[in-house]
Amino acid sequence: MSMDLDAPVPMSGQQQAQPTATILCCNCGAPIDGTTAAGALCQDCVKLTVDVSQGIQREATLHTCRDCERWLQPPNSWLVASPESKELLAICLRRLRGLSKVRIIDASFIWTEPHSRRIKVKITIQQEAFQGTIIQQTFEVEYVVASQQCPDCMKSFTHHTFRAIVQVRQKVPHKRTFLYLEQLILKNGAHRDTVNIKEAKDGLDFYFSQRNHAEKMVDFLSSVVPCKTKKSQELISMDVHTSDKSYKFTFATEILPICKDDLVALPIKLARQLGNISPLTLCHRVGTAVNLIDPQTLQTAEVPTGTYWRSPFKNLADVTELKEFIIMDIEPVGQSNGRFHLAEATVARAADLGSNDITYFTRTHLGGILHVGDSVLGYHLTGTVFNDDNYEAIEASNQYGSTIPDVVLVKKHYARKKKPKNRAWRLKRMAAEHEEEALAGSGGQQTRRQEQEQERLEADFEMFLRDVEEDQDLRHTLDLYKARRKPEQDDEMDEDSDSGDDEVPKINMDELLDDFDELNMDEK
Amino acid sequence: MAVRAQFENSNEVGVFSRLTNSYALVAVGASENFYSVFESELQDVIPICHATIAGTRIIGRLTVGNRKGLLVPTTTTDQELQHLRNTLPDSVKIQRIEERLSALGNVICCNDHVALVHPDLERETEEIIADVLGVEVFRQTVADNVLTGSYMALSNQGGIVHPKTSIRDQDELSSLLQVPLVAGSVNRGSPVVGAGMVVNDWLAVTGLDTTATELSVVESVFRLGEMAPGGGPGAGAGAVNKESIVESFY
Repeated sequence: MSMDLDAPVPMSGQQQAQPTATILCCNCGAPIDGTTAAGALCQDCVKLTVDVSQGIQREATLHTCRDCERWLQPPNSWLVASPESKELLAICLRRLRGLSKVRIIDASFIWTEPHSRRIKVKITIQQEAFQGTIIQQTFEVEYVVASQQCPDCMKSFTHHTFRAIVQVRQKVPHKRTFLYLEQLILKNGAHRDTVNIKEAKDGLDFYFSQRNHAEKMVDFLSSVVPCKTKKSQELISMDVHTSDKSYKFTFATEILPICKDDLVALPIKLARQLGNISPLTLCHRVGTAVNLIDPQTLQTAEVPTGTYWRSPFKNLADVTELKEFIIMDIEPVGQSNGRFHLAEATVARAADLGSNDITYFTRTHLGGILHVGDSVLGYHLTGTVFNDDNYEAIEASNQYGSTIPDVVLVKKHYARKKKPKNRAWRLKRMAAEHEEEALAGSGGQQTRRQEQEQERLEADFEMFLRDVEEDQDLRHTLDLYKARRKPEQDDEMDEDSDSGDDEVPKINMDELLDDFDELNMDEK
Repeated sequence: MAVRAQFENSNEVGVFSRLTNSYALVAVGASENFYSVFESELQDVIPICHATIAGTRIIGRLTVGNRKGLLVPTTTTDQELQHLRNTLPDSVKIQRIEERLSALGNVICCNDHVALVHPDLERETEEIIADVLGVEVFRQTVADNVLTGSYMALSNQGGIVHPKTSIRDQDELSSLLQVPLVAGSVNRGSPVVGAGMVVNDWLAVTGLDTTATELSVVESVFRLGEMAPGGGPGAGAGAVNKESIVESFY
């Protein structure tokens, strides 16, 4: 066959339409343009024969912690990532071996049923297959979500992983001090280093991974409440060669069992030391020391922690024993000490009204806020038997035996509903674990004992809330937040507890804080 | 006739052999399998010579030759040269060339009439090529590659060039060579057609990986079905295929 090469070959239209076909695909024989083809392969054959995703895993395992819902980023970091988030996608892509050698064009999640414990990711990659030929390929990778407890959760769930523990105790039958302490801790962020917080009988246990953190906590406690701390350490292990020892530290912190509004009978000797105060006193404030006042004379005394523990005394009566009285007559004496004004009052038991005419004469420090007809809470000393050595000593003494009043008035009583539903403010709570519950395990129904416990806790909390409402000094040390649901608008916002007659004291909105944690976008 | 062969697990048969119309050189391998492929096709037709060049087996890349002559690089030992002179027919002129580009098979591509050479080849070499091989010499590139011998397989009937060669370059080259050219590949897409196969006017040996499509392109462009040395025009799938290729490419 002769080929006339010199003569110009007429190009037909069809040839001009595809002038590029110069070679046959070495795989399928399809005519293709050799100048642009990849390795003498047509595009279909390239797609069929070349797999640029070769060497990239198609299945991988992601580890997540069930409790904190964080994701393991090997080797040992745990990251927070919400489902189908950018962060989770980054974690997914980093899990794939071989992906660093190719260029990632796109990656997206494919929806999967959450309970399937599978995550599917669609990845588009590009890579140069032959010289000058870039191949783009899309493939899916399936991740199996395996659960693995992260070391932090492991620590908080395993016993004896803590290094130091602070056991805070107060031997009183109510929880008011701890509710106050909880608010102080929350306000100051003192619980940040805790590994775990457990509620124990008469107090709280704070667990720490380091001794320094526990010491910091103890320092904090001694700066806000009157307490005494005993430190003890237990040898866990010792290396005899290097003398390296590891200890477990326990700080047993006991808070003075005297609370605000408690009636206190001081040992007479101690009373003489405290400025010769009358030994039957009322605790009007608990700071880092206990502040006592003699309601008869307005004389005050401060019992520092050290002094207290040298000659400890118990309270004679606490707030649960307060009785309601009605002021029949009140006459200011004119003497005053700070916000306290001495007055002489004639009171009658609220329960006695209508049945008998017994009235009691007493002197009170509440002369500034009490008016005739007001309801007031106080201790009814006549007819009460106290099993207290100090009280008996006072009764027996010549000097003080005659000064014991019939009634000691403590605070004004505001008539309010048993459980006010709509407070405009609320407090934050700390999540503490009940030791009893943790030990018993979560049973189906609450036992009677647990129910009673629950009721008592709620009553304590309610009492604490009332204290916060009534005591401005207390309020200033706390963080109060606006309630999430806005209560009915009240035009009258009584900020001053003293001014209203029978008006229940309320807290001014200016004192409340917005809670930014729970602020949503749609809220104004 | 086109056959597939392998030299010690390598598909690059053009590296280990040199095939012309009057003789064949085959590298000394561990086994005689590769040699026997040539032997079965060429026995009693042309002499087949077991050879080494400078002690190496890559004789196809180091030498260049055609029906009239053989050029070997300066590294060839006297003994090897003597062996070649003894084995090849007296009509074949054998010449040792002092050339810096000593892989003559890579830089020179020739048939019995024309040679395309590396543009940087020395002028004396060019003259020797013209004298010994009896060819016209052109300094050319194939698809912008200077190694004409590597990227082009040529016989008196036709030639295969690098698959990326454009139509214009193919037209230019084929007008120089006065034979039809196609772009193509051997050994499943390998562009080094010169090293991947050897060809003369009636026989082509390609690597074992060469696909049926590639082999049919080889058979049609070198017209191997028709011009067997002893046989008549060969009929087969290649004949029909060749028509279509030649039509669409020229």
